[in-house]
Amino acid sequence: MWGARSIGATVLTLVLFATYLGIGALAHDSGFSLGWTLASTAFVWAGPAQIIVITTLGSGATVLQSAIAVTVSAIRLFPMVVSVLPLMRTEQTKRRHLILVAHLTAVTLWVECYRFLPQVPRIRRIAFIHGLGLGLVSVCLVANTIGYTLAANLTPLLAAGMLMLTPLAFLFSTARNCRELADVIALLLGLLLFPLAALLNSGIDILISGVVAGTIAYGVHRARAGVVRVRA
Amino acid sequence: MSSFIGDWHALAILFVAGVIPNQIWRMLGLWFGGGIDENSELLVWVRAVATAILAGIIAQIVVQPPGALASVPDWLRYGAVAAGFAAFMLARKSIFAGVIVGEVVMIAGKYWLG
Repeated sequence: MWGARSIGATVLTLVLFATYLGIGALAHDSGFSLGWTLASTAFVWAGPAQIIVITTLGSGATVLQSAIAVTVSAIRLFPMVVSVLPLMRTEQTKRRHLILVAHLTAVTLWVECYRFLPQVPRIRRIAFIHGLGLGLVSVCLVANTIGYTLAANLTPLLAAGMLMLTPLAFLFSTARNCRELADVIALLLGLLLFPLAALLNSGIDILISGVVAGTIAYGVHRARAGVVRVRA
Repeated sequence: MSSFIGDWHALAILFVAGVIPNQIWRMLGLWFGGGIDENSELLVWVRAVATAILAGIIAQIVVQPPGALASVPDWLRYGAVAAGFAAFMLARKSIFAGVIVGEVVMIAGKYWLG
């Protein structure tokens, strides 16, 4: 319960709420059912992947094209899970005890782990994360339902405002999470290259702009690391 | 109830296109995570690509807007993002400030245009 109560103590909950309000509206305007939308939140539990599935399938991409775009966006979950699990592992912890923690791991939880866990005794950490993670999922299911219902009933003006929540919330939370120069360059180039890649109309435009922009950003990171090493 | 779920085919597609390709990385992290250095070069690259993909999605929604958002002129959507970003920076990276200012600019602009 301690974990579940902590969702009240985070601004990110508000951002998450806004994001999932937007996802609910987006799913409605892309022609998906409310049950489908809630299932995507419960079982995917990753905002970017959900938006990719909704926008790609909604705009006529094939299942394979969406699956590839989703899986590439989800690679980032791998390092998150890898870095979060050691924080709560004890001598007695079995792998199956950590399955739900792995499922709940997404960017918000990942950030909050570093903030909250130092104050939580190690043996209570798994329970804490279950409470926090499931609390966040519940908040998002409610937000989805509200966003979906509102999008069906709002004036076009306010419905447009609701759809705009998604890009704004993601842009600023990503910008805030940028820790290194490589992250900043990846964000900027990713924004700028997408309109160019979209001209290709390949069905995997997002992947093309993402891999190109990300690799250039990584190249800059390497080049700078090289310069620093030479100076030292 | 059937309209709540929609058709089952769509739900099956959700699992194939969304759930499995997403979940696989978490489970790989759970199984093989122990031996990987969080700061390794490979993970720096993965993080950069993942960030750029996310940026591409943000750009896609703004550049090729879905549904009701398409009724807002291009320049107003771009202007709202720019205003939101300015507020985000001025308010010392407050996500909240950025979202609110972006929304207000877009909604007020569209309202004024009629």
